[in-house]
Amino acid sequence: MIQEKIKLAAHDVNLWFGQKQILKHIDVTFPERKITALIGPSGCGKSTLLRAFNRMHDLVPDARIEGRFLLDNTDLYGGPLSATQVRQRIGMVFQKANPFPKSIYDNVVYGLKINGVPKEQQHEIVVRSLQESYLWEEVKDELNKPAVRLSGGQQQRLCIARTIALRPEVILMDEPCSALDPISTAKIEELILKLKEEYTIVIVTHSMQQAQRIADKTVFMYLGEVVEQGPTASIFNNPQQELTANYVHGRFG
Amino acid sequence: MKRKLQFIAEWGSLLLSTAAVCCFLVVILWDIIGKGLPVLSWEFLSSLPTDGMTKGGILPAIVGTVSVTLITAISATPFGVCCAIYLNEYAQDNWLTRSIRASIRNLAGVPSIIYGLFGLAIFVQALQLGTSLLAAGLTLGLLSLPYIITTTEEALRRVPASTREAALAVGATQLESIRDMVLPSAISGILTGVVLALSRAAGETAPILFTGVAFYINNPSGALNQEFMALPYHLYMLSTQHQAIAEVRPLAYGTALTLIIVVFLLNFTAFYIRYKHRSK
Amino acid sequence: MRQARREWWNSLGKQVFRLTGVMVIVVLMAILGMLLWNTAAFFLEISPVDFITGTQWDPSSSDAQYGILPLLVSTCLVTLGAMIIAIPIGIGTAAFLSEYAGSRLRNILKPIIEMLAAIPSVTIGFLGIVFLGPEIAQMTGQSNGLNALNGAILLAIMALPTIVTIAEDAIQGVPQSYKEASYGVGANRWETLTKITIPAAAPGILAAVMLGVGRAIGETMTVLMATGNVSAFPKGFFHSVKTITATIAIEMGEVPYQTTHYYALFAIATVLFAMTLVVNLIGEHFVNKFRKYQAA
Repeated sequence: MIQEKIKLAAHDVNLWFGQKQILKHIDVTFPERKITALIGPSGCGKSTLLRAFNRMHDLVPDARIEGRFLLDNTDLYGGPLSATQVRQRIGMVFQKANPFPKSIYDNVVYGLKINGVPKEQQHEIVVRSLQESYLWEEVKDELNKPAVRLSGGQQQRLCIARTIALRPEVILMDEPCSALDPISTAKIEELILKLKEEYTIVIVTHSMQQAQRIADKTVFMYLGEVVEQGPTASIFNNPQQELTANYVHGRFG
Repeated sequence: MKRKLQFIAEWGSLLLSTAAVCCFLVVILWDIIGKGLPVLSWEFLSSLPTDGMTKGGILPAIVGTVSVTLITAISATPFGVCCAIYLNEYAQDNWLTRSIRASIRNLAGVPSIIYGLFGLAIFVQALQLGTSLLAAGLTLGLLSLPYIITTTEEALRRVPASTREAALAVGATQLESIRDMVLPSAISGILTGVVLALSRAAGETAPILFTGVAFYINNPSGALNQEFMALPYHLYMLSTQHQAIAEVRPLAYGTALTLIIVVFLLNFTAFYIRYKHRSK
Repeated sequence: MRQARREWWNSLGKQVFRLTGVMVIVVLMAILGMLLWNTAAFFLEISPVDFITGTQWDPSSSDAQYGILPLLVSTCLVTLGAMIIAIPIGIGTAAFLSEYAGSRLRNILKPIIEMLAAIPSVTIGFLGIVFLGPEIAQMTGQSNGLNALNGAILLAIMALPTIVTIAEDAIQGVPQSYKEASYGVGANRWETLTKITIPAAAPGILAAVMLGVGRAIGETMTVLMATGNVSAFPKGFFHSVKTITATIAIEMGEVPYQTTHYYALFAIATVLFAMTLVVNLIGEHFVNKFRKYQAA
């Protein structure tokens, strides 16, 4: 077996919202330039874990986090990086497409502007990002159209374009296809598979089929704990835990 | 038969109360428009009062009301919007937040005449602004503050959390997310609230009584350190303080109509902003 | 470098926003402090007992009297009259709006109420002088109709939009299931309204009334213009009265700063502040009760 480089990891992570403990002793690793799927029944904490990696819980007043989150051995919390810097290196695509209430072009260029990308490079990056997210051909003539007028699938690809414009190292995806029709889903999956060449991708998904189609590694979570993690094929075909077997064979969830 | 009569009496009483409310408005507008409209003319709006204010127009009062309302807007809007941003975007549920919210509710209930006393004691005397346009505008600004904070916070609350998350996810700081995404999304709601607050401030009399309004100014300069005339006070003065009250009655009606038009124009502006945003 | 600057602005922004929040508390405290400070100055010269029990307000005579009672009773009298008029009309209108009027009628009536709320108080006071006054004078045979009744009617008009809006929210908030249960046992619409809906909405309606009272107590210009401003002890609705607010409005313009009379006006303002505070707190209590009840 080839030794994979670990890009992103969580060690002994506990997370509470108020009195309620959402994540318990999470130990998980994500290999570089691979797609890792987080699966598990609703409420198992997979989205909460995902959002912890780019510090989305910072704004939740009663959230409390223990343990270490590491990006290339750099601490994401309490280390040299500010929340903003963490989010520049770890991008996020959300469950429901959330384009800015601005034009298509402005959606992609916004992150470049605030992060100080020189003006003369901005246009080129916008075009390239839209091309890489397979959206360019559909929108190249109407870049000034409000983004909210795009279809759901187009909006989600725009959100991906917006994320890759910043050249992050990791892209977190929180059920990016759950609101989309099968055709749009197929397009996004194709896109994700291509993005793997350059980015480390962590995707939360509800769909066993999707995990098997695209993920190299799969992590199964249940009630705030990681039950099992490993190569996707072995999680689905040869699970070590009975709980995992029951879930991936659709006996609950 | 008896049941039917009872039914009519019962629902009739509700209908009658509603009719009474409508009737109040109709009578008010009818009387003021009916007797004010003949007085209203370009000359009335654009000339100075003459002959001991028994003739002429109300230009200085219009200029004064517009200027004092502008100062109110300039002083209260940034303050109120910033406070609303704090409450909606940053504040946690702790004693400080609860104290701020309690203070806002209390300020909203403070009678306007007490704002007048406060303006007199603090702006006019302690800060030595004298009775002036600035002191009166600041006083009205404080009066408008709770209203602006409340409406702004409501507008901010309607901006979905996903908009903030989207901005943060591309590496924006919280300040940048508020500046670039949250405020632009909420702007029409904020403007509606601010304009409504100003429409109330423009019609207020009690807070400016001791802080800067004057009987008569013959050169409406709009200078910050000068006293000024204002439509509401001009109306009060013409209807109670003038030596020839009966003679100036038409002028009073004209002033009342102008004041109502100013206030309603601001109200319609607010509703137009809201309507336009909704239809978008 | 650039990153550090952004983070710096970010934390500065947060501090500025927080500061404006704190400033709101400071403003309220300053108002309170200003009132209490000047009231204390007043009590150094006049005994609080004389102030509270005195039945004469006559600050400008050589034997100055600073009894708040006539002003307090005037304020209460006018407010009471306003509420006697506004409460039934307000609740009736609210009930009509939420239970009887169709959506088209509501779309006409709601803007009417908002327009009524937008009319400046000085304009309503003006109508008290030129319109309502003469009517009252004709009915009662007095020389002018500037008395407590006139002020009460005008204050009722001013308090109505507040009362109607909040009472309507309260009535609308009563769960449909309550009404259905009432219809189920054979009650008709009127019985359901008076025996079920309005009692169930009582906390919200009380809140509406309290906010209306708060508005009426603190209103200045209408009472100043319409009630005649005679500082003798009030004898009834058909006599002229002089409320706390009107007293401040009239006399503050004429007194020299930092005299006993000047401080006295802050003292009665403190009483006014306390009254509105209590009324608003009671109103808030009922609003919270109503919200809890709605959530349940």
